[in-house]
Amino acid sequence: MRTIFSIMIDAVAYGMVLFIISIGLSIMMGLMRVVNLAHGAFAMIGGYLASYALRDLGVHYGVAILIAVVGTILASIPFELLLYRRIYRKSDPLIQVLMTIGITFFIIGIVNFIFGPSLKPIPLPQTLSGPLDIGFRMLPTHRVFVIACGIVVALALWLLIEKTEFGIKLRASVDHSDMADALGIRTEIIYAATFALAIGLGAFGGVVGAEILPIEPFYALRYMVTFLVVVSVGGAGSILGALSASLLLGLADTTGKYLAPEFGDFFFYLSVIVIVFLFPHGLFGKAHA
Amino acid sequence: MNKGAQSILALAILGLMTGTASADVIKVGVIGTFSGPYALFGKNFKMGIDAWVAQNGNKVGNHTVEFVYKDEEAPNPAKSKALAQELLVKDKVQYLAGIYFTPNALAVAPLLEESKTPLIVMNAATSAIVEKSPYIVRTSFTMWQNTVPAARVAFKNGAKKVAIAVSDYGPGIDAEAAFKKTFEGEGGAVVEAVRIPLATTDFSPIMQRIKDSGADTIFTFLPSGPPTLGFVKAYLDNGLKAGGVKLMSTGDVVTEPDLPNIGDPGIGILSTYHYSVSHDSKENAAFLAELKKGGASLDEVTMTSVAAYDGARVIYKMIEATDGKRDPAKAVDAVKDMKWVSPRGPVSIDPATRHIRQNVYVRSVAKVDGKLINKEEQTFADQPDWALSKQ
Repeated sequence: MRTIFSIMIDAVAYGMVLFIISIGLSIMMGLMRVVNLAHGAFAMIGGYLASYALRDLGVHYGVAILIAVVGTILASIPFELLLYRRIYRKSDPLIQVLMTIGITFFIIGIVNFIFGPSLKPIPLPQTLSGPLDIGFRMLPTHRVFVIACGIVVALALWLLIEKTEFGIKLRASVDHSDMADALGIRTEIIYAATFALAIGLGAFGGVVGAEILPIEPFYALRYMVTFLVVVSVGGAGSILGALSASLLLGLADTTGKYLAPEFGDFFFYLSVIVIVFLFPHGLFGKAHA
Repeated sequence: MNKGAQSILALAILGLMTGTASADVIKVGVIGTFSGPYALFGKNFKMGIDAWVAQNGNKVGNHTVEFVYKDEEAPNPAKSKALAQELLVKDKVQYLAGIYFTPNALAVAPLLEESKTPLIVMNAATSAIVEKSPYIVRTSFTMWQNTVPAARVAFKNGAKKVAIAVSDYGPGIDAEAAFKKTFEGEGGAVVEAVRIPLATTDFSPIMQRIKDSGADTIFTFLPSGPPTLGFVKAYLDNGLKAGGVKLMSTGDVVTEPDLPNIGDPGIGILSTYHYSVSHDSKENAAFLAELKKGGASLDEVTMTSVAAYDGARVIYKMIEATDGKRDPAKAVDAVKDMKWVSPRGPVSIDPATRHIRQNVYVRSVAKVDGKLINKEEQTFADQPDWALSKQ
């Protein structure tokens, strides 16, 4: 029993990291119909900025997260103005894929040039490092922090999209873009804000998840498949979908690693195949017309 | 085009075709991890070689030695093979050197005999590599070499039940076999053996599994780099250390650049290894001083720099013995039985296996003058590769 609890906690922690990073991607895909393959690259920029802020500027962990999120959003503004704006909701998937994968390679090259090819650690503050006794086992404190972050992100997003005026406008713009426009909703501003939100969440996930998914230049490509899998399993645009997909896949992966470590990612992909076979649009996805 | 111009052109083409052979530059192709997660170890190849060249000049007799570097990046045999081919065909190198990962070394090995090129392996630590070609000499270490002393020390320190956790590839499997054989030979029991895929970054489930096995000691090997830090942190943060489970490893898991990241909780972790940056000898002091003079930070020094430094010594000896000619058999023969005092201690090339014999030190992580180091506590002198040699 104790073992099952232990595995569950590890699974939830891993799942939450997946969730925080993937939810931004899910929002982009579900609401703006953009397959943003550069999402991992933006998460990586967040990680690099945090690492730089912590190691070279010596700021507090919380400040570093802020710098990472704001910095990444600022860095993404030129991409939004010049490129992304043209492909929201309209263009065919091939153009999106080619453009965003191109951006990914571009960012990998730049990051490699500026920060060098080696892995960048994100040192944790004293309060978040080391073990924490939770009664029946010891757990890395950082994992508890990640789980808490995941819950906060999920709740905040749900409130934002379901309960605020911004959320109403966003849903209106998504469902009937032209009608929303006609009613005086500045859809391009809504889209730009949503883009910033998605990128910011990616950067946040890149920083808090760096213990599990370490930051290095090929981060942008290496984990992109995992993030896309979460979105396709959960259903694009659904918060609940992304959350349940992350937790489910985290559980499959962690249990697989515990029971049969030599199988590697086998159980992860097995569960993906089964779920997508049963739910072709993802757990909570809607079929797009 | 008139006739004169034509013949000049013909001469020029002829000159270009034959010109490459006349300049007496001997090229050495070094394949190492110069980018990606393992970039630090490739950088150390270069630091070690640069230190040797700075001390001994870039000339052997009247031959100029030039090192050409290529990036193997990750365990990627196909890429390494292509790089070796490029070095041999395009750069016309006379020697190959470096190589961090075993699978990459195994992919390069078949090219050596056909191209008559010796390969000086400066890291890849699976025993069988030197058996893949008579032209391979190794100046690093093997898993058997470092693991057999680890198993003996673990038993002597009172370990009864050991869980082995290794990376699921050549050296990991070597380490598992070496530890199991030695430890069970001494009378201990191995209660768990986990093989972890190379790409793993989250070690919590592995730790849980080890905890459930009831082991009192973990023996582990993972290739130095991000996974080793992740493993040690998972060991500390999941409360295994606090729960009294000891960690025993080869030095790959506690390389000096990682120690500050592991931090004080790591104090006391035991390891067996052939080189500690803190090794106390005048050779090591001179070596470190040279690295520093070359612009390297001493916080970045790892075992690959000393393997490369000694590897460069072996290459110079080979060039001297063959007088710059491509004669791999003669070159390899010349270094068999070679003995010298390396920054890591006294070493020699075993003539039977072409692998380096060296001291293996038992170290524990300790804090000296506010800095975490691997403090050498005991020496196993003149260790061969226990898998290759029959003694």
